[in-house]
Amino acid sequence: METTAEKKYTFKDFQSDQEVRWCPGCDDYVILRSMQKALPEMGVKREDVVFISGIGCSSRFPYYMNTYGVHSIHGRAPGIASGVKLANPDLSVWVVTGDGDSLAIGGNHFIHVLRRNIDLNIVMFNNEIYGLTKGQFSPTSLIGQKTKSSPYGNTQPPFSPGELALGAKARFFARIGGNVPKDITKILIEAHKFKGTSLIEVLQNCVIFNDGCFTQFTDKKIKEDKQIYLEDGKPMIFGKNRDKGLILNGLKLEVVTIGENGITEQNILVHNAKEQDPTMHQMLVRLEYPLATGIIRSFNDVTLEEREAELTAQVKANSKFTKTDDLFFSGETYEVK
Amino acid sequence: MITIKNKKPVEVLEGVVIRFVGDSGDGMQLTGTQFSDTSAMFGNDISTFPNYPAEIRAPQGSLYGVSGFQVHIGSMEVSTPGDDLDLLVAMNPAGLKTNLYAVKPGHTIIVDTNSFTKKNLEKAQYEANPLEDGSLDNYRVIEVSMTSLTKEALKDVAGLDNKSITRSKNMFALGMVYWMYHREKNHTIEFFNKKFKKKPLIIEANTKVLNAGYFFAETLELIPNSYTISPAKMEKGTYRIIMGNAATAWGLLAAAEKSGLELFLGSYPITPATDILHELVKHKHFGVKAFQAEDEIAGISSAIGASFAGDLAVTTTSGPGLALKGEALGLAMMIELPLVVVNVQRGGPSTGLPTKTEQSDLMQAMYGRNGESPVVVIAASTPANCFNYAFEAAKLALEHMTPVILLTDGYIANGSAPWKIISVKDMPEIKNNKVTEYSENWHPYTRHKDTLARDWAVPGTPGFEHRVGGLEKDSITGNVSYVPENHEKMTQLRAEKIKRVQNYIPNLETEFASEGDLLVVGWGGTYGSLHSAVKQFNGEGHKNVGFAHFNYINPLPKNTEEVLRKFKKIIVCELNSGQFINILKMNFNNLDIYQHNKVQGLPFSNGELIDQFKKLLK
Repeated sequence: METTAEKKYTFKDFQSDQEVRWCPGCDDYVILRSMQKALPEMGVKREDVVFISGIGCSSRFPYYMNTYGVHSIHGRAPGIASGVKLANPDLSVWVVTGDGDSLAIGGNHFIHVLRRNIDLNIVMFNNEIYGLTKGQFSPTSLIGQKTKSSPYGNTQPPFSPGELALGAKARFFARIGGNVPKDITKILIEAHKFKGTSLIEVLQNCVIFNDGCFTQFTDKKIKEDKQIYLEDGKPMIFGKNRDKGLILNGLKLEVVTIGENGITEQNILVHNAKEQDPTMHQMLVRLEYPLATGIIRSFNDVTLEEREAELTAQVKANSKFTKTDDLFFSGETYEVK
Repeated sequence: MITIKNKKPVEVLEGVVIRFVGDSGDGMQLTGTQFSDTSAMFGNDISTFPNYPAEIRAPQGSLYGVSGFQVHIGSMEVSTPGDDLDLLVAMNPAGLKTNLYAVKPGHTIIVDTNSFTKKNLEKAQYEANPLEDGSLDNYRVIEVSMTSLTKEALKDVAGLDNKSITRSKNMFALGMVYWMYHREKNHTIEFFNKKFKKKPLIIEANTKVLNAGYFFAETLELIPNSYTISPAKMEKGTYRIIMGNAATAWGLLAAAEKSGLELFLGSYPITPATDILHELVKHKHFGVKAFQAEDEIAGISSAIGASFAGDLAVTTTSGPGLALKGEALGLAMMIELPLVVVNVQRGGPSTGLPTKTEQSDLMQAMYGRNGESPVVVIAASTPANCFNYAFEAAKLALEHMTPVILLTDGYIANGSAPWKIISVKDMPEIKNNKVTEYSENWHPYTRHKDTLARDWAVPGTPGFEHRVGGLEKDSITGNVSYVPENHEKMTQLRAEKIKRVQNYIPNLETEFASEGDLLVVGWGGTYGSLHSAVKQFNGEGHKNVGFAHFNYINPLPKNTEEVLRKFKKIIVCELNSGQFINILKMNFNNLDIYQHNKVQGLPFSNGELIDQFKKLLK
């Protein structure tokens, strides 16, 4: 458990003295600002906050945060962050990563950190492209997408980060557009509160190499019709006029219009993010229309640190060893005179 | 109870004593004979001692029905069946009970777990199952469900009765031991073909089970204990027998206690290093955090994270694992964090010879990273001093804010030797560079003037919030810097920091002679064989042959050149094609220097070393 800050911070307390070097217009600025605004709300002491990143545009993030941080190596941030948290469970540990960093070179660490459920938070900037190496397709790039390394179109089918995460037993998964700072801030705060590994996929527009990749969902003019922003305990309703909703038809989710064909609000599914069974969460993650955003899954489970702490306490209580000397001189020893 | 019977100083033992025990119906005599015959044909000297009950079929499972066969194999003349056992194969509880006294502490016992039933335990007069009550903690126990594995191996052989199936489990045991001691199976298979000429089913069954046991041991990468080496004269004190890997683990435990830090191990299983993980996971009572990661890279990454957060962080591996850790190790070097990397070397390259010993990772330890990324490299030289050098690795890492690679090898890691127990209070102090009180002019790369170590400001400490990373940094602020002069300065600083470790390590010592005609040079796990050979050689009338063995490799001890120049000729003996000799040549010009190398996965023998010395002194 992190200790609570007595001092009241503002977002400025979390800005470092380093000049931010992302391309003008990049969504990364939005995420950075949202984080700097979220941290004072979390009530955590600044010295207890650690940002760990890998390699990629997103991974420059720690340099811009006035907290502890490591800009590490490609794909390995989950491993480093796990070590930080296990060494000192009082810290608030954040991994900042991208689709290439976490799903390609770091894929193995990504699935295993989710499986273990260490209490840390992963913010994945998904822009469906490699930005820092200047425009190759990534594991989330679409089939047919033309990039520097797929001039005739990408032939490798993509991962859906949420689908992969839930398959890897993620307990907390949220998805959010990169252009809605207030929602991002809100979700970051919820991720912090959640005990266990939380994954936030931010649909982040890359203005240079993949501009507009999420516009069909995130453009402010249409987003209410194209996205369903899920909230725990609330009916799955969306649309500018709040007249569209989701029902279960057989084994599929179906979009219906409230007021048509006898559908009332009573027929609409209610979102239960806390449900242990991930089946519905998987269906929501896979939904192509509307695109599910918000906190899709938030299932409370025992964390790895809790299991370890309990086991350590048990072993300590039953052990005859308190100092290494007890061990060294135990068992079969003999004297040379 | 263990009785330490052999308190006399032991030199290099060139032999192995194995005993097979089981019910008189278990075919132990046949198993033992096959093993000794095969070994004899392999060129070993052998001496055997069959021991079986008078009854042809004594009551099953009883203590007096135990049948045994002991074989002593050696590369030199063997005159007795041997005293203490290096390996006991016990097919049932009664066999274990009646023969345990003879097994050397720290050595290996293979048991058929299927036979450890309530009924058999009672017959053997065990009150509790010895596999579960901790009474075998001082041994390496390999538990194998031999009966069920044998059944499984024979499930497709039609027409075999149950009894014949069960009776062939001795061949499973034999197969395992053949693999462990690198014997050929052919002799035994030929034997089956002759003996059971008219029973093709039995030939098939025995051959299948023999192969199954052989491949089972291969899959598990079972390693025999290597030969014991202990100092000729033992100091007064309290001793225990310890295996190299356990000593490494204990040295790390001692360092954690001495430094007042919590110990974090991030590791991934790999032969022959895994026993360090096995040992450290036991010690949650000391607050050890042992994390079995998803791969080698996550092993070191988690350790780097733990180090950043203020723990004494360690990762353990063997050659291929060190290759995988290379990039992360470069990061640890770049962000100047304390980290201990233990590499229990095995035969390389690639997967190589996982169960054999070699010293071929030296250059990898020195240079196996991109860019110029110096780290401290040290090497343990006996099973017992794995303790000291693990402790030393932690001390140097913490005091100099650097990764330290500790090289051991399969030979000393699996070897056991007497260890004079040292209390933690008698170990040297370990300081660290943690900071607590923030002052205005503090920067992440402010360096200690003598060691050039930077401060260790760990998360949770107010005022010191800072960022580090793999990009080149400004030499003071630690901010990202692409300034050409700064990069060169930082490259030099990182090298100089490691160089200055010289001021904190002991001088190189020589044994037998401090000047003369020939200096025998070695490093790491070959200490026992080299020491023994030089001793024997000097005993044969030579007076001026000195011996210098290196435990510190990067940096080299300060007086290295001085020591080397006192001898007319130098011979560097290594279990590789000549790696350390090149480090010496690179550092010191115009030495009359020769090399003796062996890359067979085997330790040196006295004879081959002495032949080399003779040639040079002609």
